[in-house]
This record gives sequence, structure tokens and C-alpha cells, in this order.
Amino acid sequence: METVKLTIDNKEIEVPKGMTIHKAARKIGIEIPVLCYMELHDMQIENKPAGCRICVVEVQGRRNLAPSCATKCEEGMVVKTHTTRVLNARRTVMEFILSDHPKDCLICPKSGNCELQSMAQQLGIREIPGQEIAAMSTYRKDTSPSIIRDLDKCIMCRRCEMMCNEVQTVGALSAVNRGFMAAVAPAFEQNLEHSTCTYCGQCVAVCPTGALTEVNHTPEVLRALADPSKTVIVQTAPAVRAALGEEFGMEPGTLVTGKMVAALRALGFDYVFDTDFAADLTIMEEGTELLDRLTRHLNGDTTAKLPILTSCCPGWVNFFEEYFPDLKDVPSTAKSPQQMFGAIAKTYFADKIKVDRKDLVVVSIMPCLAKKYECQREEFSTDGNRDVDFSISTRELAAFIKQANLDLNNLADDEFDSPLGESTGAGVIFGATGGVIEAACRTAYEIYTGKKLERLEFNELRGLDGVREATIDFNGLPLKIGIANGLGNARKLLEEVRSGKSQFHAIEVMACPGGCIGGGGQPLHHGNSDIIKARAAAIYREDNSKPLRKSHENPFIIKLYEEFLGKPNSEKAHHLLHTHYFYNKKKVVVKQ
Amino acid sequence: MQILVCGGTGCRDLESEAILESLKLEVEANALENDIQVVRTGCFGLCSLGPIVKIMPDDVVYFKVKHGDAREIVEEHVIKGKKVERLLLKDPVNNKSLVSSAEMNGFKKQLRIVLRNCGVIDPENIEESIAHNGYEALGKVLTEMTPDDTIKVIKDSGLRGRGGGGFPTGIKWEIARKNKADQKYVVCNADEGDPGAFMDRSVLEGDPHAVLEAMAICGYCIEADKGLIYIRAEYPLAVARLKTAISQAREYGLLGKNIMGTGFSFDIEIRYGAGAFVCGEETALIHSMEGLRGEPTVKPPFPAEAGFRGKPTNVNNVETFACVSPIILKGADWFAGIGTARSKGTKVFALAGKINNVGLIEVPMGTTLRDVIFEIGGGIRNGKKFKAAQTGGPSGGCLTEKHLDTPIDFDNLIAAGSMMGSGGLIVMDEDDCMVSVAKFFLDFTVEESCGKCSPCRIGNKRLHELLDHITKGKGTLADLDRLRNMSLVIKDTSLCGLGQSSPNPVLSTLDNFRDEYVAHVTAKKCPAGKCRDLMEYFIIAENCVGCTACARVCPVNAITGQRKEPHVINPSICIKCGACKEKCKFDAIIVQ
Repeated sequence: METVKLTIDNKEIEVPKGMTIHKAARKIGIEIPVLCYMELHDMQIENKPAGCRICVVEVQGRRNLAPSCATKCEEGMVVKTHTTRVLNARRTVMEFILSDHPKDCLICPKSGNCELQSMAQQLGIREIPGQEIAAMSTYRKDTSPSIIRDLDKCIMCRRCEMMCNEVQTVGALSAVNRGFMAAVAPAFEQNLEHSTCTYCGQCVAVCPTGALTEVNHTPEVLRALADPSKTVIVQTAPAVRAALGEEFGMEPGTLVTGKMVAALRALGFDYVFDTDFAADLTIMEEGTELLDRLTRHLNGDTTAKLPILTSCCPGWVNFFEEYFPDLKDVPSTAKSPQQMFGAIAKTYFADKIKVDRKDLVVVSIMPCLAKKYECQREEFSTDGNRDVDFSISTRELAAFIKQANLDLNNLADDEFDSPLGESTGAGVIFGATGGVIEAACRTAYEIYTGKKLERLEFNELRGLDGVREATIDFNGLPLKIGIANGLGNARKLLEEVRSGKSQFHAIEVMACPGGCIGGGGQPLHHGNSDIIKARAAAIYREDNSKPLRKSHENPFIIKLYEEFLGKPNSEKAHHLLHTHYFYNKKKVVVKQ
Repeated sequence: MQILVCGGTGCRDLESEAILESLKLEVEANALENDIQVVRTGCFGLCSLGPIVKIMPDDVVYFKVKHGDAREIVEEHVIKGKKVERLLLKDPVNNKSLVSSAEMNGFKKQLRIVLRNCGVIDPENIEESIAHNGYEALGKVLTEMTPDDTIKVIKDSGLRGRGGGGFPTGIKWEIARKNKADQKYVVCNADEGDPGAFMDRSVLEGDPHAVLEAMAICGYCIEADKGLIYIRAEYPLAVARLKTAISQAREYGLLGKNIMGTGFSFDIEIRYGAGAFVCGEETALIHSMEGLRGEPTVKPPFPAEAGFRGKPTNVNNVETFACVSPIILKGADWFAGIGTARSKGTKVFALAGKINNVGLIEVPMGTTLRDVIFEIGGGIRNGKKFKAAQTGGPSGGCLTEKHLDTPIDFDNLIAAGSMMGSGGLIVMDEDDCMVSVAKFFLDFTVEESCGKCSPCRIGNKRLHELLDHITKGKGTLADLDRLRNMSLVIKDTSLCGLGQSSPNPVLSTLDNFRDEYVAHVTAKKCPAGKCRDLMEYFIIAENCVGCTACARVCPVNAITGQRKEPHVINPSICIKCGACKEKCKFDAIIVQ
């Protein structure tokens, strides 16, 4: 590898050719402050517009200051990162940025978690000269079913734009206007709701300020909990337990399943259930559908479409409804675990506890912002009563717990309630990219081959690469599996399906990079991909620790079919657990 | 004999087309069409004296011609050989008629290389271009010279980019040549955006083939077979003439496949800009051509490495290209013999502002500002005193009396705190307030900033606000330091040339006219009497006869007084509209 030698703050260093000054400095312990720059290492995600100009450094022989995030090291370079000139420039630029930023930190949803705020602290800004005569760029606020845009707080870091266009290829957000009024918005500054937005929430996940935040549904949940006529039950998605602890100062990757259950119970939920149960149910339905299509296909039935695509990710569903409406019969018709849970809770479980569905409130805790939108879709309600009433994010739950004077660290582990809280390891791994298809393989293999699966870990399906493929031997049948995380990667596989070139039997898609663990509702990673990796490891640890790790072995799932649903893909199962796809988004009414 | 009629945008607006038609009719009426050719040419340069008609080979120039003058020109000059005295320019000193362009100061000190054919040939007729050595250089290059030979000639000539940066053209071509790729591009930057500048437009309107030929030569040198002209859509005449020129050149085998049978192929397409100043910056220009938002990206990579669609791209300005053919034909030594040590050849300037001869001129590099303004430009309008000249467009700086004898070239202008820019030259007289001038230029850059980087997006806005504050009499001495600091930081940290130079008007006026700034902030006075908020209207009692005219015209009843008694203006009511001063016949009202 070709290297170059340079000096940074009088320290000599040799780095690979092409490395930026910012990264080289970091190697020798010099942390040059960056604001717009963000990298998710190993995930091929980098935002480097060199727009904020906070990271400027002095390079000997160069006329002006260099943005260290985007300037490559060169042989013999002499770099100074904290000369008077640099410090003055950095401070002045920061004052510029702050002069056009609202000063409502005290009541900003991002307060305490805002990168602009931290940077102002780090640079020791104590006043903004000339603020009294400084105009502010102001914009119309926009609220969608999942995401709130407050462009007054946009600092044009362009991270959201990069995520939306380069990573997700959704194209809902891009820079509009010029000069002082430049900001990132949907085309023609229309509402997000009327754009191509899939509500994946990756823009929110990377926004350094309060410009992009989630719609907060905690007050509605609180109201339901306070209403004695309501029975309020909660389901928690697999990825939440692997990340919630971060909001309470725990190391990334700390599993807090038991503490989370305890917290939810303390918050007053009547029953604390697990979306993992519904994930097991999803495997039964989706796995059966896969085997049915596969068998028909192998028997020469040309109406049996392959590959089958997973459908548990609502961001992904929005994406193919928007961009691939011609392929809407390709994905599985199985609802997402969130909605399966809701459908079962408001029928089977409501009957069991003899509560009218109108008095049963189902709350979901999700790592996801698209779930907020999903539960508001009309087809997921009966007579105007939603199957899932409210969906709140991991971040909202953390805030909720704190408001209830609870410290997660000090809670004793508790257990999920029965029956909708019982799950297998297969349900847990839904939270990481590749997990759904791995869970499906565990079940489908045993049903298809009639043999017991010797090794449960399909390591070939795991990892964080954007597109992965593997062939699983189904007793002589090489089952070809594709996995995509991130919608841009999904688009690649979808284009292949559209052009008839896809080799796969089944494809798993997760809208968010890393899967649900990297969801738009999770604690903010602030550009540290190690956090996402630690969450994935935690998910697989939980799977390992479970006595049952195959969905079809979940005794409560078996019981559910015996008592209520009949067989997987039965008429009743179809009615409750399956859906259909259409271009639907614009019909949703924004609930403020 | 030829009758040349200026068909540049300025003269066309004064109906030169009608003059052209009348002249043709007169020629036909006298059955002279076989002997007399009436030709529509490009710009002559003396726009303020247009429309212009020139008779060749007599070299007689008529100014401010009206279409009713056509008969007299044909009957008197063409038929009888008598000059039409009343349409000739008069010498300002002795009032003698100036007949030929050689006699006029405006032309005497000029040397027209770039504008060699403007006002000489019919730009819509390729044969006229060919008759004036058009495409001869291309032929010479293709048949007698290697690309390396050609690049060497350009390098040796010392030609530097005329778009503003002044980068050596030969070296630029050499870099683009060295970068190997399956496809390369030659781009002509015709996105002329400086207010009041129209050098490029005139070349494209008057001699489009000069640019096409040079682009083909460049294509041969760097091994590109595609050329793109990025031109602002606000230049419809230049676009039309380019289109005509391109199709004629294709017809004559001078563009397209296998040019002149040499095997070299090169073709040119036009791309339209939507009028964003920043798109004159080459990376922004390229992104705009790619259909992306017109905003700059960090260099490196330079366009010569990764430009249009990621391919090596050589971007030169119109004027730079227009220098190429003469250099090839007359040799590097000839060109290098003109100008100063490090700035060779000539430069076209668009003279504007308080100068008598508003228009387009071309002078050897090294000509002094004094010669340009007082000889060629005919001095300051209305005999006022010269105060400053702004070069380099909105992001240049002000030159003052002490710079009048500085030879104008790239390096001297930078040393004087300004820059060459694309060649706008705006002259200011004693009535101009330099704080307001700086504010005026900031107005432009604030409007035209793309908004990508924070110092340019917000910093320029803050500069403008502070200047506005000062012109309102609200500034303090400390504000002057803040102005300087903000200006220096914006220059030091901005991403592209726009922000790196936009504070120049502030810095150079602060340096050269500090007294004026100080007067605004301490005495709260505008020495030039331009800043309305700092003006006060007084009535000199001795001069006032009490006619009441002023009181009657005052829209806010700020003037009181008895008939035949001196009147008084109440400054707290006065809105400084000036109506009273205009009405007063006794010079009794003054402004301080």
C-alpha cells in the first residue's frame, strides 16, 4: 500500500495515500471537530460535503484553510489544527451557524443529544456577536404521520439528503433554494407526506440538530394509561432491547430485556408482551407462503412467483408501493409482526380477557418511525379502531421512562406476560439484517425436509454488508437467498426481479442499514457504526440464550393455531394476518 | 464596399436590425447590391454610442444612427463619397470630427485579439469567418502539429485563464491530456454572470467560430471528441448564433466526424444555465450540466481528473478559447510579447458606471487603469472626480487613485486587493458612497451564494446586515473590526471562489476608504451624501424667500413657515424624499 508522510501539530505520521487529514489526525489522537461530516465505518456510508467548514485546518503553503474532512493527506504536508487563525475561523464560522439557529435549546426535542449544541459547548461559544441585527431563515413547519421537519433548525449538513438519496435512493429530500434560504426539503417544498418519503427515518437518525425529529405519541399513550376504562397492552420489538440501555448510559450492546419489561410494567401497562411472539407468527405465515410458492414453482406452476420478498418492514413496503407498484404481488402478503400482534391482540386476546376491542389499547415500542405510519394505515383497523393504536420509538420510550422517575439501571429484571409475550430465538433475530430470513430458514427447512436442523446459526446470512447472498442446502435443493439492508440495496435486487434476472428464491429486505437495530427510532448513533454492530451482537446473544430457537416450536404459537387460527395460511389467518399492497400513502390523514 | 451594422445585443435594442433592413433597401433601390454588401456584425464595443454603422474599406464609423439615416448614408457616402458629418464622433477637445476608428482615443490604445472579428465579420456566415483565418489554426494543428506540440505552444504563449482564476491554460490542457480515460470532455464556460459584464456574450455573438475552433483544438490536444458549451439561457442571441455556427461548421466538415479528413472527430453540444452566478465555478457548472444542483464540490478532484460524468474534463472560459487560434497561427512568441511578465496577451473589459464610453474594450495586459478610464473610456461622466474602480465583478475589490498608474495584470490586481475576474470594470465618482458600494456588491453575492457552505451562506448575509446597519448610522467603531474579521474568515473558509472572494469589496473599501466608514459610525455622516438615513435637509434662511413651494410639495408636511418668511424643515418628520430640494428655485435647500 502506498503511503505518505506528513506532520500534524508537529507530530509526524505515515498514512495510506488518499486518507483525509481528519482521519490521519484521529490516528494520533488529535480529534479535529467535525459537524456536517459523518461516517458509518464499514457500512459504506459517508457524508462529506465539506459544507460546515468547522473542521478547517491550516496547511502550510495553502492560501486558505482546508476542510480536514475532505482534504487528502499529501507527502510532506505540514498541518496545524489549532493555530490562532484556525481557532478564530472555527469560532467565527460557528457563530455564523448559531446566528441562524433558533435559541430554544431548552425546549428542543434534541436538547442534550444535539451535535450543534455539543459543538457550541466544545468551542466555548458564549455569545453570538451581532445577533440583535441578524435575520433568521425561517420556514414552514411540516408534520407527517411519522416525521416532523423544522427547517429553522437545519444547518445544511446534508446528512439527511445523503441518506435519502445515496443510501436509500428514495429521493424525497434534497437541497432547495439558494443562499441564506437554502435548506433541505422535498421537491417544491411540498409536505413530506406528499413526497416519495417512505418514513424509514434514516434522515432523523442522522440529523445533528432538531430539524428532523419523530412525531411524539407518548402523550396519547399516557392518556390511555390514565383512563381506567382502558386495558392498555404493550408490545416491544426485538431491536429495542438491544439499544434502550444506551439512553441510560449503558454500553452499546447491553441487553435490557428484563429491565425494559419491568419499566413498562412500572409505567402502568396492564400486560407487557413481546413483538417477538408475532415475529414467530410471521415466520409461520411467511414461511408457509414461501414453501407453498416454492413447491408450486418446482412443480411447474408458472403463476407461483419467485422470489418471495419479506414484508415485515413498513419502510420497505412503502418503498415498493411507491417505486415498484408493478411488483406488488411479489412480496409476501404477511403483515408485519407489529400488525400481526395487533390483529391477534384485538381478537384472540381481547376475547380471552373479555375486553371489547374498543377498550383495549395496543401500544408498540418500535425502533422504527415507519411503524407510526403503518399503524395509521386504514386497512389495519376495524370500524375505525386501529389494531395497533400507538407506536412509539425506543427514544420516546426512554424519555417516558425517565419522566416516570425510573432509572433502568436500578430495575430488577421482569418477565413478559403470557401468552403474547412468549417467543423463540427466531423471533429475536428479526431485529438484525438477515434475521428474518434466518428465522424463516430454521422453520422452513424442518417443514420442507422433515428433518431436524442440526446447526441453527446460518452465519452466511449474517453481517452488515448492504447486499448479501447465500445458498442454503434444503436437503438437496439449493435455496438461493438474497439479503438487502438499506433501500438503495433493496432497489438493486428489485431491479433484478423486475428485469427477470433475479436468481433468488427468497429475498429479505430491511429499509434501514443494519436492519431494525439501525432504525430511525433508535438511540442516535452519531455516526458510530460500532454501536450498530454491538446491537447486532446483542440480538444474536439473546437468540443463543433462548431455550427455543425455532418459531414453529413456540408452544404458544402452536396453541394459537389450535385454538384460533387453524393452520398457517388458513382462511382466518389470511383474514387477520395478511394484507395487500397499493399506492396508499396519500390517503393517510395527518394526526397532529 | 461593405456596410457593417452592429448586431450586438446593445445596438439591436436600439433597433439596429431596422437600420440594417433600411440600408439593404436603399442599396437595392440604387441597384448597388452587386457592389455593396450590407453585413450584420458582432459588437464594436462602443455600446453607449450605438447603434453603430461602419463603412469599409473607408474605415468610417457612424454613431447613434437611426434607421431614417439609411438613405443619407447610401446616397451621400456610398454613392457620392461624402461623409455624413452629423453622424461622426466629435473630438471632445477641438470638436473636430473623428472619421476613422484609428483616430479615436477609444480605439487607439486597444489591441483586439479576442475581439478581432467582432464588428468585422457576419457571425452568421461561416465563410466570412473562414475568410478571416477561421479554422486555419485547427487545420494547422490537425495536419502539422502533435497534441504535445500544440500544448507546448499554448504553454509558451503564457496564456492564462480569462474566467477569473488565471490558471495557465497550457498546463490545464496538459493535465487533462495526461489523465487517461475512455471519454473526455471539453467544456466552454459561457456562464457569464458578473453584473454589467458582457465580454463573453459579445465574443459569442460576434465571432462564435473562434470559440468552436479553439474547443476542437483543445479536444485534439486532450483527446476528447465531445465539447459542451454551458451558456446562460438569458443570452438568446448568443445561443442562436452558436447554434447557427455549430450547424454551419458541421456542414463544412469542421465539426463532427473525421474533421478535414484527418480522422479526428469532435462535436459540440450546448447546455443551458438557469442564471445562477455560482455555476460559473467549474465544479458547480459541471454538476449543473449533469442535472444536479448547481453547487460546487471540493477540489481536488479537479475537473481535469474527474469532471463531467466523472470523466477528465477541460473547462475554459470563452475569452480564453478566443485567444487560442491567433496563438497557433502567429506563434507563442508573438502572444508572449504582449503584456507583462506573468500576464500575457490582452484582456477584454466591460466598462460601466460613471464613465463616458460605456462599452467593451480590449487592451494589452499591463495597460494602466488611467489609460483605460481616461483615454479609452473617455474619462468620468459630467466632469466629476474619479473615486474608485471596481474590477473583478462583485467579488473583486476597489482600486483607487493611487492605483491609477498600476499596470493592470493578474498579479498586480491581487496585490492591490482586487482581482482580474472576468473583466468587469465599474467606475465610481465622488458621489458614490463606498460603504453603500460594498453593500451593493454584497447584495449580489448574498443573492447568488448557493448556500452549501456556512461562511458564504450565513457570513455574507451577516456582512450585508452589518453594512446596512452602518449605512443607517447605527454602527460603531467595533463593528468595523468585526466587518474585517468576518470578511477574512469568510475568505479563508469558504468552499469555492464565490465565498473566497465575496468579501473583497468590503475589505478593499475598508482599506482604501476607512475614513468614510469612520464618518458613518462616529459622526453618523455619509460624506458622499448617499446614505439616506444619514442625510439631513436644511433650509438656508438667507436664500429662502418664503414662496411656500417646498411646503406645498412636502408629502409629510415637515416644512413650516409663514408666506414671505424663511421656512424650516422639521427633521423628525422629514422622510428625506428630496421633493422640496427639487422644487426650490432659490437654492435654499441643502443636504448635509
